[in-house]
Amino acid sequence: MSAVTSILFDAPGPKARLRHWVLTVVGALAIAALLLVLIRELAAKDQLSAAKWEPFLDPVTWTSYLLPGLKGTLIAAFYAVILGLVFGIALGMGRLSNVRPIRGACGVFVEFFRAVPVLMMMLFAYYLFLFGFQISGDNLSLYGVVAGLTFYNASVIAELIRSGVGSLPQGQREAGLAIGLTPFSTLWHILLPQAITLMLPSIISQLVVILKDSALGFLILYEELIRSGQTLASSKGNLIPTFLVIAVIFIVVNYTLTLVARRLERRLQRSRRGTKPPPEDPMLNPAMMPAAAEATAPSQ
Amino acid sequence: MIEGLRELLAEYDVLGAFWMTIKLTVVAAIGALLIGTVVAIMRVSPINVLRAAGTAYVTLVRNTPLTLIVFFCAFGLYITLGYRLGPEDSPIDVQNFRWGVLGLAIYHAAFVAEALRSGVNTVPQGQAEAARAIGLGFGASLTNVVLPQAFRGAIAPLGNVLIALIKNTTVVATIGVAEASYLMKGMIEFRADLIYVIFAIMATGFVVLTLPIGVLFTNLSRRLAVRR
Repeated sequence: MSAVTSILFDAPGPKARLRHWVLTVVGALAIAALLLVLIRELAAKDQLSAAKWEPFLDPVTWTSYLLPGLKGTLIAAFYAVILGLVFGIALGMGRLSNVRPIRGACGVFVEFFRAVPVLMMMLFAYYLFLFGFQISGDNLSLYGVVAGLTFYNASVIAELIRSGVGSLPQGQREAGLAIGLTPFSTLWHILLPQAITLMLPSIISQLVVILKDSALGFLILYEELIRSGQTLASSKGNLIPTFLVIAVIFIVVNYTLTLVARRLERRLQRSRRGTKPPPEDPMLNPAMMPAAAEATAPSQ
Repeated sequence: MIEGLRELLAEYDVLGAFWMTIKLTVVAAIGALLIGTVVAIMRVSPINVLRAAGTAYVTLVRNTPLTLIVFFCAFGLYITLGYRLGPEDSPIDVQNFRWGVLGLAIYHAAFVAEALRSGVNTVPQGQAEAARAIGLGFGASLTNVVLPQAFRGAIAPLGNVLIALIKNTTVVATIGVAEASYLMKGMIEFRADLIYVIFAIMATGFVVLTLPIGVLFTNLSRRLAVRR
């Protein structure tokens, strides 16, 4: 809770304390009632019986369904992050280039792929590999997923790089040029390393988005966590428990990443001295968002 | 190329699919705004329990893939548990549409709540302090002083959420709602020879849908920004 939100209300007096206390009880009761109704409904529909949950005690469930699924999700995310960073940095540098055609082309590319849904990119890539390049075999779906994720996330990372460079003090660039570096090596040796450090928390949060988006690979038959979970559920007849377990896995992995990003951001803020405050327009600078470490715009 | 385009447009109901995308977006946006506002108010309220519940909602939902939420609604709540939304006798595709909308609304509500909270954070402390100083309580200072400014400050992030929602409606293709990406999959499977044209049509459709909204919200946030 930031100071601003707590300033919304006074230090409560006796009457307000009583009211808060009553509301706390009412709120707690309402939430408890909601949970109770939920559990009773699930129990009434026979979703809480031991038979539905027992498969998760069986190691085979994990070794042959859930863990391979998680592995698929992580592998797709890993490749997408690496490729996204490579292309994203290239595109971001392109957008900062002094050469107008390069700048324009990279701008159009970035804006286009930010507007196209990731799922459509995946479908397009998948069928292009299948029909266009005649690729087949086990890795086809993986290629489709990674290609779809890469294009979108490269565009997002390019924007992060650009706003990171934009929030560096002007003097950095000027000093680079003054000692005789070319504009390119100024960017490469001086601005980019600082921009990437500055944007590292946002880049890590983008990892959460990538992990979640890799679930879209379901539609092109990629063996990720949801698909392997569905296979498991159809053999054991426990769709609801399986989906709940999968949700917990996703939440644990993603929340851990969010915490890492948050901690990193705090450390960077402590060590960041002498730079001018980043631009105040949050559209231009994601670091200005109140929780830059968290994905503020939803993706799939 | 042009001929292929004409052929595709004659053969497939592209506009109908995008109309479905728009319908999904509008209904889900309204739902997300309603749920999100409630969650945001809970998150800034003085009641600990509500604040914790709001935080829990945002944390849980934001770290779950939308695909999983939509699946849970359609395959879990609807098919497996037999819950129905709205009239009992509505056909399966209408039901899928409604559950898809619910999933989209639940998911994006978390981001709406975050956008609103970031809007609340743009309101300077002095505003809330002044409201308290003239004797307004939590409710009155929130509704009369802070929220009107917070909504203005939240326009830019809310615009981002809306654009993401438009793109995310494609996810309900996984439960068989006949929107743009569902149609695209079908089109490519039958007309693989025209894959580039198909992708160009669909991508253009989304650029046309999202670009004006981005421009609109950027302008709105500039024009409505509270001068300080």
